[in-house]
Amino acid sequence: MSEQVLLRRRGKVAPHLKDYIESGGLEGLRRAREMGPEAVCRLVTESGLNGRGGAAFPTGRKWDAVRSQPEPTHYVVLNSDESEPGTFKDRALIDSDPFLVMEGLLIAAYATQSERIFLYVRGEYAPQTRLLWDCAEELAAGGHLKGLGPNGSDVAVELRRGGGAYICGEETALFRSIEGYRGEPMSKPPFPTVQGLFRKPTVVNNVETVANVPDILTRGADWYKSRGTARSSGTKLYSISGHVARPDVYELPFGAKLSDLLELAGAGNGKPLEAVLLGGAAGTFVFPRDFDVELSYEGAAARGATLGSGAVIAFAEGTNLWQVAERLGRFFAHESCGQCVPCRVGTQRQYEILHELAGGAGGARERALLRSLSQVMTDASICGLGQTASTAVRSLLDAEAQGALAG
Amino acid sequence: MAGDFKISVDGREVTAHEGETILQVLRREEVETPTLCYHDNLTPAKACRACVVELKGSRALVASCERKAEAGMEIQTESERVVNARRGVFELLLSQNDTETAPNLVAQAQRIGADPEHYSGLRYERPLYDDNPLFVRDYEKCILCYRCVEACGVDAQNTFALTVSGRGFEAGIAAGWGETMPDSACVFCGNCVAVCPTGAIMDRREHQMRVQGRYDESQMQVTQTTCSYCGVGCQLELHVDQRTNEIVKVTSPETHPVTFGFLCVKGRYGYSFTEAGRE
Ligand SMILES: Cc1cc2nc3c(=O)[nH]c(=O)nc-3n(C[C@H](O)[C@H](O)[C@H](O)COP(=O)(O)O)c2cc1C
Ligand code: SF4
Ligand code: SF4
Ligand code: SF4
Repeated sequence: MSEQVLLRRRGKVAPHLKDYIESGGLEGLRRAREMGPEAVCRLVTESGLNGRGGAAFPTGRKWDAVRSQPEPTHYVVLNSDESEPGTFKDRALIDSDPFLVMEGLLIAAYATQSERIFLYVRGEYAPQTRLLWDCAEELAAGGHLKGLGPNGSDVAVELRRGGGAYICGEETALFRSIEGYRGEPMSKPPFPTVQGLFRKPTVVNNVETVANVPDILTRGADWYKSRGTARSSGTKLYSISGHVARPDVYELPFGAKLSDLLELAGAGNGKPLEAVLLGGAAGTFVFPRDFDVELSYEGAAARGATLGSGAVIAFAEGTNLWQVAERLGRFFAHESCGQCVPCRVGTQRQYEILHELAGGAGGARERALLRSLSQVMTDASICGLGQTASTAVRSLLDAEAQGALAG
Repeated sequence: MAGDFKISVDGREVTAHEGETILQVLRREEVETPTLCYHDNLTPAKACRACVVELKGSRALVASCERKAEAGMEIQTESERVVNARRGVFELLLSQNDTETAPNLVAQAQRIGADPEHYSGLRYERPLYDDNPLFVRDYEKCILCYRCVEACGVDAQNTFALTVSGRGFEAGIAAGWGETMPDSACVFCGNCVAVCPTGAIMDRREHQMRVQGRYDESQMQVTQTTCSYCGVGCQLELHVDQRTNEIVKVTSPETHPVTFGFLCVKGRYGYSFTEAGRE
């Protein structure tokens, strides 16, 4: 197994601040305070850290955009809604090292000169909510929130629990949810860095993203970039499930091969695989001919795939992938917020057509219909949910057309 | 003019004014653009996606009703993606809604060549709510344009009786938690009726006449008058059935500088005194 960075305290440290500090914790925050906000943003940009929530936006640039907004009130939001099927790495990360996540957030608040941190945690994640909140309280009691905010003020931490809607992981819907409205995505622009939560400049980051930050502060950008590829720095967490002997969260440097990961998890359990769903429900099916794909943002993109949030679901030979697609279709139809026509009606129609195909019915007409519908949803939907609700389906249609699908 | 700038529309350079939306520019330039949820006097809901255009540099298409024009924007309104998306929006709606009282939707669908049979599947099935004397709600006709929610909310009435509830295909307009209108916060101003583009919320008299097959648009005569109830002086349009000389409904012009089409319960529904003493 390769070097564990993010998961190094997994199973080793009880979540108490004293132990965390003894094992090197809070050193990153101390360094940040020495450097000042602007230099922290610059360092994070230099490290090449990209957002791990799916969109892979450069984290340092996002922070610096918020830091330099003329509007004085800024916020930091932790996106811990993690509701995509097959994605559970944030939960594992909070379980194994909640202080690392909190330290990353405090650094984010300092670097962006934010007055408040909102922890938005998936409703079903009760133990993780407890862990994060206990850590926040211990950090506050220890005086570690002092002087991090604008003009040396203290930063405040607030907790919000999700109400069981996948769409509330989408950043603008998440803001609406925190504000007390229905979780409906808003248009971008304006981007959250300009007008986010309560219309104030806001950094929203994934759990895994912020967990990378403390080490960047203590060990530097060069150390960080020494792991990974030229365009994807550091290590990445993968949630593997499906037909594997050891479903779990694995940490690998960017640049590893999908086949390495599959081997680690004991994919297929002795049997060959039919395909892998890479990147979660909004990802693509990857077939054995592409199992040598390099797991990096650029490597995945070169094969028309995406890493998404790092979800990998394996399907053993003989699995009916149309049935898998039908299940994904049902997920999107169920989770669409219902705001825009292409997604509200489109995901329902997509599910209905997939239901036919999964049952062995449906022919060329249904396939053509899926394709034109996919184009409508991808082009005209308001947010990423509708825009990617047909990505996996399209990859399946393509594979089928190329004869890559068994039976 | 100060604050004017150029944008390109289908390869043609046109002038836009500071603060204008793309749709406003398109309208002035007479570039035909379908719209459903957009309403001149309401905040753009950007929900129907009928007005999408292709904006250079943007991955997805953008809603022209909401997006402000910026200097140098390059916009396509007739590209394959735009045509496909717009048609898709109408075809999806035609596959789920009862469009009997939505002639505007049907006409626009025909104009862009939408095929009502393109998609099939589950229809949008809802009970009919006939729970008050003034208007009827028939949500099988509802396209979830958000107009009624906005009119009842901050855009006009500030009553907040209506909201969207549920999600996905099950999302729908509701008054509180499944309450009837009389039990809700509703003050019966009828402003939701005034903005509804599909007849999903309809004045009860018109609804009754339609059910009985008595409603005939060609028999309607519109009489302009001023509301006699208070000193605000809202302009009213009385829609009178010439056959019976009965008021069927009352509206106000959307362009009127006092009302912008919005009225209160008295102006919109307090007209039965005109029928006093009739046989
Ligand atoms: C439908 C939908 C669901 C999402 N769910 C999550 C989520 O659960 N967690 C997350 O971190 N990002 C999620 N995202 C991505 C966020 O919108 C946002 O890009 C991310 O939180 C930014 O953080 P990062 O830059 O650290 O990746 C979701 C996006 C969409 C469109
Ligand atoms: S794409 Fe789907 S989830 Fe996103 S705003 Fe539209 S209806 Fe809601
Ligand atoms: S009648 Fe007026 S108050 Fe009642 S729901 Fe309609 S807009 Fe709201
Ligand atoms: S009831 Fe009418 S105004 Fe309200 S959302 Fe439906 S179609 Fe739009």
